Amino acid sequence: MIKLTVNGQEHAVDAEPDTPLLYVLRNDLGLNGAKFGCGLGQCGACTVIVDGAAVFSCLTPIALLPGRQVTTIEGLGTEDAPGPVQRAFMTEQAAQCGYCIAGMVMRAQALLAHTPDPSEQEIRDGLNPNLCRCGTHMRILAAVRRAASSLRAAAPTKAAAQ
Amino acid sequence: MAQSARIRLHRYVVVAVVILAVAAGAAGAIAWRPSMPPIAPPDRASFAETEVARGAALAALGDCAACHTAENGRPYTGGRGIPTPFGIVYATNITPDPATGIGHWSLDAFRRAMRDGIDRAGRHLYPVLPYPHFTRATDDDIAAMYAFLMTRAPVQQKAPANALTFPFNWRPLLAGWNVLFLRPGMWRPDPSKDAEWNHGAYLVEAISHCGACHTPHNLLGAEQGGQALAGGEAEGWYAPPLQAGSPAPVSWNADALATYLRTGFDAGHGAAAGPMAPVTHQLATVPDADVHTIAVYVASLMPSGPTPQAGTPQTAATGLANPAARSVADPQALAIFNGACGACHGADAPMTRAGAPSLALGTAVNAPTSRGVVDMILHGLPWREGHAGPYMPAFSAVLTDAQVAVLATYLRARYSDRPPWQDVEATVQAARRQGGGT
Amino acid sequence: MTAVLSRRSLLAAGGGLLVFVAIPGEPARADDVPLPGSLKGTPLLDAWIRIGPDGVITAFTGKAELGQGLKTALIQVIAEQLDIAPARVTLVTADTARTPNEGFTAGSHSMQDSGTALLNAAAQARLLLVETVATDLGVAAETLTVVDGVVHAPGGATHDYGSLAAKLSLHVRAQPGGGLKDPAAYRVMGTSMPRTDIPAKLTGGAAYVQDMHMPGMLHARAVRQPSAGATLLRVDTDAVARMPGVVKVVRDGSYLAVIAEGEWQAIKAMRTLGASAEWQETATLPVQADAPALIRSLPARDIPVLSWTNPAAPAVKRISARYTRPYQMHGAIGPSCALAVSSDDGVTVWTHTQGVFPLRAALAQLLGLPAEKVRCVHVEGSGCYGHNGADDVAADAALIARAVPGRPVRVQWMREQEHTSEPYGPAMAAEATGALDAEGRIVDWDYGVWSNTHNRRPNVGGLLLQNAALPTPLPVPPPEPIPMPEGGGERNSNPIYALTNARVVSHFVPEMPLRVSAMRALGAYLNVFAIESFMDELAIAAGADPVTFRLRHLTDERGRAVVQAAADSFGWGKPAAREPGHGRGFAFARYKNLGAYCAVALNLSVEHETGRIRLGRVVAAVDSGQPINPDGIRNQIEGAMVQAASWTLYEQVRFDRRHIASTDWSGYPIMRFPAAPESVEVHILPRPGQPFLGTGEAGQGPIAAAIANALHDAVGVRLRDLPLSSERVKAAIGV
Ligand code: FES
Ligand code: FES
Repeated sequence: MIKLTVNGQEHAVDAEPDTPLLYVLRNDLGLNGAKFGCGLGQCGACTVIVDGAAVFSCLTPIALLPGRQVTTIEGLGTEDAPGPVQRAFMTEQAAQCGYCIAGMVMRAQALLAHTPDPSEQEIRDGLNPNLCRCGTHMRILAAVRRAASSLRAAAPTKAAAQ
Repeated sequence: MAQSARIRLHRYVVVAVVILAVAAGAAGAIAWRPSMPPIAPPDRASFAETEVARGAALAALGDCAACHTAENGRPYTGGRGIPTPFGIVYATNITPDPATGIGHWSLDAFRRAMRDGIDRAGRHLYPVLPYPHFTRATDDDIAAMYAFLMTRAPVQQKAPANALTFPFNWRPLLAGWNVLFLRPGMWRPDPSKDAEWNHGAYLVEAISHCGACHTPHNLLGAEQGGQALAGGEAEGWYAPPLQAGSPAPVSWNADALATYLRTGFDAGHGAAAGPMAPVTHQLATVPDADVHTIAVYVASLMPSGPTPQAGTPQTAATGLANPAARSVADPQALAIFNGACGACHGADAPMTRAGAPSLALGTAVNAPTSRGVVDMILHGLPWREGHAGPYMPAFSAVLTDAQVAVLATYLRARYSDRPPWQDVEATVQAARRQGGGT
Repeated sequence: MTAVLSRRSLLAAGGGLLVFVAIPGEPARADDVPLPGSLKGTPLLDAWIRIGPDGVITAFTGKAELGQGLKTALIQVIAEQLDIAPARVTLVTADTARTPNEGFTAGSHSMQDSGTALLNAAAQARLLLVETVATDLGVAAETLTVVDGVVHAPGGATHDYGSLAAKLSLHVRAQPGGGLKDPAAYRVMGTSMPRTDIPAKLTGGAAYVQDMHMPGMLHARAVRQPSAGATLLRVDTDAVARMPGVVKVVRDGSYLAVIAEGEWQAIKAMRTLGASAEWQETATLPVQADAPALIRSLPARDIPVLSWTNPAAPAVKRISARYTRPYQMHGAIGPSCALAVSSDDGVTVWTHTQGVFPLRAALAQLLGLPAEKVRCVHVEGSGCYGHNGADDVAADAALIARAVPGRPVRVQWMREQEHTSEPYGPAMAAEATGALDAEGRIVDWDYGVWSNTHNRRPNVGGLLLQNAALPTPLPVPPPEPIPMPEGGGERNSNPIYALTNARVVSHFVPEMPLRVSAMRALGAYLNVFAIESFMDELAIAAGADPVTFRLRHLTDERGRAVVQAAADSFGWGKPAAREPGHGRGFAFARYKNLGAYCAVALNLSVEHETGRIRLGRVVAAVDSGQPINPDGIRNQIEGAMVQAASWTLYEQVRFDRRHIASTDWSGYPIMRFPAAPESVEVHILPRPGQPFLGTGEAGQGPIAAAIANALHDAVGVRLRDLPLSSERVKAAIGV
């Protein structure tokens, strides 16, 4: 049994310690957001956030994770109450087949957390690990720009509320 | 930085400055150099096309673009910050833009910069520009590089000011440095060797300046005498010895080395990483013969031994230097390896089965320091736009320092029969601080 | 299929995992007036639309959602014509047990076929419903209005569809026309309704076949033959069978697979199994760099495409050029996946194939079952862009499921399996000769294209990948060309320009050095690249502006309007000051000369030292007829252009004489974000009331030629061999 904290919830998982997080999320925890794309760290379809950093869950054996916080796209919001980055992707209709999109959202979420006002180059470099084969790049970029500005707009209110 | 390290650095700065100042004083008047008259940027027509083409090859062999191109910047327009122990030196714009580049530089001014490390205005250049090597180049080759650079499209772009600590930002000190470390004089062939070897030696020494990374440096940033190509570092990455001390488990020969230099990969040794990767991208563009002579020369310096055929199943698929390590290994290390590394480096992984060598054949895992392996784990091998070639994801975000250390230690035990590394976690911390360089 | 991804909802949908419901419908009679779209083959209304007594509206399409927004567009069509809120429509997509047989979802046909059928079926259903009320009340149908499925009579009486449906049978033949709304009154069609599938995809909802889970489900992986025709000599199955979680090792001839409880266990077992397998292989592949030239030289069957002969002014200038493309791959981001469950009743397969009915036929043969014993249910997968591994992985699932009857088996390909086993887009060559008169008009045109087939979609077992590995392979049918006007290799080889004299011949090459099949746009990608590059070459030879030159030869009014719109939006008439290394390019085509019109203008810059191309502003103008969802069209055109920009700049399958070397993304680089264009704009020409024209493949050819033309404009070199890689550009521009 290995203890994992995913989206704030503790789970005890009965899987071999070398099992990449991706398979545990999808098959043991029923979280479908992260996708298998390559299993090689080449496409980012499996991207999740571990302790604030975007990582390839396909190359993250669960042995690494006790004591660490995993966030998946399911942890960002729901269809009815999407998080700001998810909402920006909806507004921009930033998907074709959408298989890459959950990974894009997670990559963008991590990027914006430490670079709240990214330049165009920073967004593009930040998304470099992730591939989209449908050619949705322009909409994804627009969605990340939109998410950045909505997060920035929300930031002062949040600060005031605290 | 730890307190003791800071004190050590402080003391070292004082000593360095005193030495340089004394040397500069000894140099006396030569600390001052006149400016050279500006010229109007020459026309392309004033250069022979063959000279421009040779200059292109020499610029690639010298990998000028590596330093003189910023991240996402246009080639040769400078702006890249080169970390040195004294602070950051920004590479300058070497396109022929009159205002911000070398548009006003005559061939004489360019030659003086290459030979003496003095810019057109008469200021000392920092030896990050490897003029101690270029000073050995022939006049013809310097002229060809000049022809190449002066025929680039001029781009207006000013390099940021250097960020050096006082007193290293005081350039006249460099006169002292030159007294101590610059050995003027052209390269001389070794009459006991053939022309190919000599040409390779010339390129390595005078143009490609391999020693700038692969030779250990002293405290003042100069290559240590008598230690040529004995191994050094490049932007924090481990640069292995290119002579008798080469840790490569399978001896290099000229052909394997040439393949590696031209393609960034050799099936008996692995892929070029860190700052070496862009070097190989440049070498892919120069005439085969030049790369081959370099390979002949360097291979002649390295230990020779039987070279198994590249990609033999035995080395490629299993390559277990120390099978016992499997059983004694830390179970956490094995889990990390299987889950994070195995998809590519496992004995049954597609990449391995397609001919990538076992990690056991890598120089890094057999090196005396863990730095090479640690840098690879942390920083991987970046994508190169549109080019098929080696890539490795960076693991700095997901592995803690301790986990990197556990993994590196395991790789050493599993893939090398050399003694375990010491202080791996400290190496990881240092490597993380320095970032991935390229 | 709707969001039916659990056993519970599957049961709800059909009463069991294995349901074989007869599809309502009967063949059309020969003497009937032809019905529009897919109503031709499936004329009964209730095959398309059913209304429950509870007012639940279920619609059926034989087409599949491939990420192109099909479901949203069809729901818009149905909602519009039935006068109901879009959210009330449940749309069932391709399922051999439940939906009409509409063949393949391919060739930008879905809206023409299924959209048209549903448009008419919904309109006629509404008509029947309204007429029922009119008859009951004895009023004229025109006096009645419908608001969200409720019929309102002048006196205020209301009747909802649910209660009306009980009184009425939709088990009637569709009529040719009738009941269709005036496009001017559209409220849902023609609007950019948000895609219905996007929210789930953004929140981790089960959206793909890859996400299906069933109770008792096992995970399997196949061990692929390492090269075409490899024979399995030896393998140690015992050691693998003892690995943790392994349920069974499947071996049948050279077919090898492993089934495990867990997915990671299956993967580890597959790797171990693969490492222990010994194969006998032969070198069957050609030299990669020579592939297009090889295709040009292999024996070919010549198919005349067109021949126009008219009097013309004498030619003063004649130029020729040859263009090629390499093998290229679909490269889905999500490797192909399928689920299957086998029992005495037959096999059910959940698949992202583009054709559930043809796949059923192929699987039935491979499994030696009658077709009725196989059910194929479409569930969306990762975007496929043509015939990729979808069908073959369904065959894996079906073959493997037989080893564990009653237990669902999920198979997903590994990345290297997708990269090396999918059928590629064929290598091709084209040659063009053109002559100009003194006025700069084209007076002669000669064009030939050499290609393999573009259609090896499995409709028989012999075409599935696994066939060659099985002990007694089924016969493999010979490749066939796709006849014009659609065409395979010759698609879009017929220029849209009004030429006085022209000859076009398609050289169909049956021998296939690599396994190939349909990849998005088929031959149109190379033919449009070639023709539109060649138009530029001719314009330059004529000393004419490329846009003016095209318009000079273009009489199709809608085509002219699209060209003009792209040029105007781009600002073609007001060129910016020339900067070294910067250029602009233009290209235009009408997909298949039957579908959407698309013109592209763009600018780019070339980094002289490396030959690297940077795409700048990309502007497209499109005429798709009356759009059902304008934003959906923009999305598809943007995607087509960005994807094909990647094909054009980077892509070629690498191989040696035996093995595919492009085993993953490091061996088959595609576009990443830093290299995406600076901006992309798509302008849609309004065409109210015009039939909708297939759009998904309209942008690929034009963007390729526009890039090549802009490259020439920027640095003065003409590259005719795809991809326009930085090495080739650098080699062409010199030091
Ligand atoms: S699936 Fe993890 S990076 Fe591709
Ligand atoms: S939307 Fe299909 S891969 Fe990105």
